[in-house]
Amino acid sequence: MLSVAVRHRLGDFALDAEFTAPPGITVLFGRSGSGKTTLINAVAGLLMPDSGRIAAGDWVMLDTAQGIRLRPHRRRLGYIFQEGRLFPHLTVRQNLAYGAWFAPRGAAREDTGRIVDLLGIGHLLDRRPGGLSGGEKQRVAIGRALLSAPRLILADEPLAALDAARKAEILPYFERLRDEVNIPILYVSHAASEVARLATTVVALDAGRVVAQGSAAQVLGDPAILPAGIRQAGAVLSATVAAHHPDGLTQLDAGGVALFLPALAREIGRPIRVRIAAHDVMLAVSRPDGISALNIVPGIVQRIHRGEGPGAMVVLDTAAGRLLARVTQRSIDAMQLVAGRNCHAIVKSVAVAPEDAG
Amino acid sequence: MGFLAPEEWQAVALSLRVSLLATAVSLPLGILVAHALARWRFPGKQILNGAVHLPLILPPVVTGYLLLLTMGTQGPVGGLLAEMGIVVAFRWTGAALAAGIMAFPLMVRAIRLSIEATDPGLEQAASTLGASPLWVFITVTLPIALPGIIAGAILAFAKAMGEFGATITFVSNIPGQTRTIPSAIYAFLQVPGGEDSAMKLVVVSVVVAMGALLASEILARRVAARVGGR
Repeated sequence: MLSVAVRHRLGDFALDAEFTAPPGITVLFGRSGSGKTTLINAVAGLLMPDSGRIAAGDWVMLDTAQGIRLRPHRRRLGYIFQEGRLFPHLTVRQNLAYGAWFAPRGAAREDTGRIVDLLGIGHLLDRRPGGLSGGEKQRVAIGRALLSAPRLILADEPLAALDAARKAEILPYFERLRDEVNIPILYVSHAASEVARLATTVVALDAGRVVAQGSAAQVLGDPAILPAGIRQAGAVLSATVAAHHPDGLTQLDAGGVALFLPALAREIGRPIRVRIAAHDVMLAVSRPDGISALNIVPGIVQRIHRGEGPGAMVVLDTAAGRLLARVTQRSIDAMQLVAGRNCHAIVKSVAVAPEDAG
Repeated sequence: MGFLAPEEWQAVALSLRVSLLATAVSLPLGILVAHALARWRFPGKQILNGAVHLPLILPPVVTGYLLLLTMGTQGPVGGLLAEMGIVVAFRWTGAALAAGIMAFPLMVRAIRLSIEATDPGLEQAASTLGASPLWVFITVTLPIALPGIIAGAILAFAKAMGEFGATITFVSNIPGQTRTIPSAIYAFLQVPGGEDSAMKLVVVSVVVAMGALLASEILARRVAARVGGR
């Protein structure tokens, strides 16, 4: 269990954040300038905050009240940077071994062969970073952090510098880390799809403060938070893969509701998360007929969150889970939507992007 | 030596010895000072920077005279060393000292630039992986800055080979002891019929300088390719 409390002032910006991170992936989520990177750098020791306390279990890295300020190299962390930061003068093999060399002799460490297999970098070992693709570099960076026998893994937007295809390549590795490697991970992101896929816990940051903490479904499903802005609003559903159809669609089962998505390369029975963007959800008061959209989910309006502009966010409770729908206030008035009213959510299959499901 | 007369060869051998000693001794100090100027924040940084660059701006004769005042057997530092049995004034080691000091700013400039060009993010990454500041320097900063360090060392060597003003002021022009190539050329030009010897030493100077530049170019290119990560 990682507990973090940090106060720091940088010019006009004040960071005053406190949170705890249980095992799994804890995502620090917020738009740029919300203090995510400052916070993770304080945990890494690359930034010494004005005051605070940072401890992983009984391993105290910072306690300004007691005058404890460990330097970064004494904190035993594996930091995965946005740009990889591999050592250009060393081979991949030497990069991977770098951290292990400085780890205490008795430290519990991952098996190099297992990590190399997990990340699929066996064929790169004798090459230097200069010739690797962005995705390959980032996989090596993940391996280097894991193999330094860390007590905690830090990742600062590790996918932000990659294109969509490379993101889709790396995301599953973080899912495997979460599920197969028993080291807590602190992960900075401003992308809702990454949060939806990866987070065990979400810590939402805004202007240097923690505005919410909870599961991905809780935090992303709350229209009052929206740490990354309204455009990234969208609820997260838990589902299992039910069937793969010959016409290229994958059928999911979410709380008894059938959802159809473009083909997902996941085996049947596997639990997955699906993020459904709020602006991709249409509402209808009666079940629509003769419509191309394949997913029509009945539910009850839980509440309506009217914004300052023409839009509003409708929170819908369905058997599949909580959905968010971003519609205009004019539609809400015309449909006479109020809390408690029965309603249907309509989602086009193709609206769900590949990185939003997995 | 068929090409060179013994007297000429003596000057060449002495110049090589003086320049090698000057470069070898000043290199670790040059790396330290360059790193301090590039990365550390400390009071008096600008004063250190100025002091390092002073020999570049002062007339070499002034530097040589200041050396004579401080490092001579009557000087404050030289006197102390003399009591310990170390005398540099009018010795070849004194010539190396003068050459080293004159070459120092060039060496520090080249190394400093290459350290400044090293991504501090890589040093941060190394520290998060458990490397102490000293290990970060040895395993990351130093190897990545190596092309610049080589360039700095070769530049300093070439400058030391050509040093004249401070050397002749500080340690005079004693054959076999302090008569380096430039001093020898100067001496040969003062006597009738010395032009032939002077010309031969000029040729040697040009060859050594070109050879050093070529070697540094090849070496730096090789290291840069390796450090460039390919």
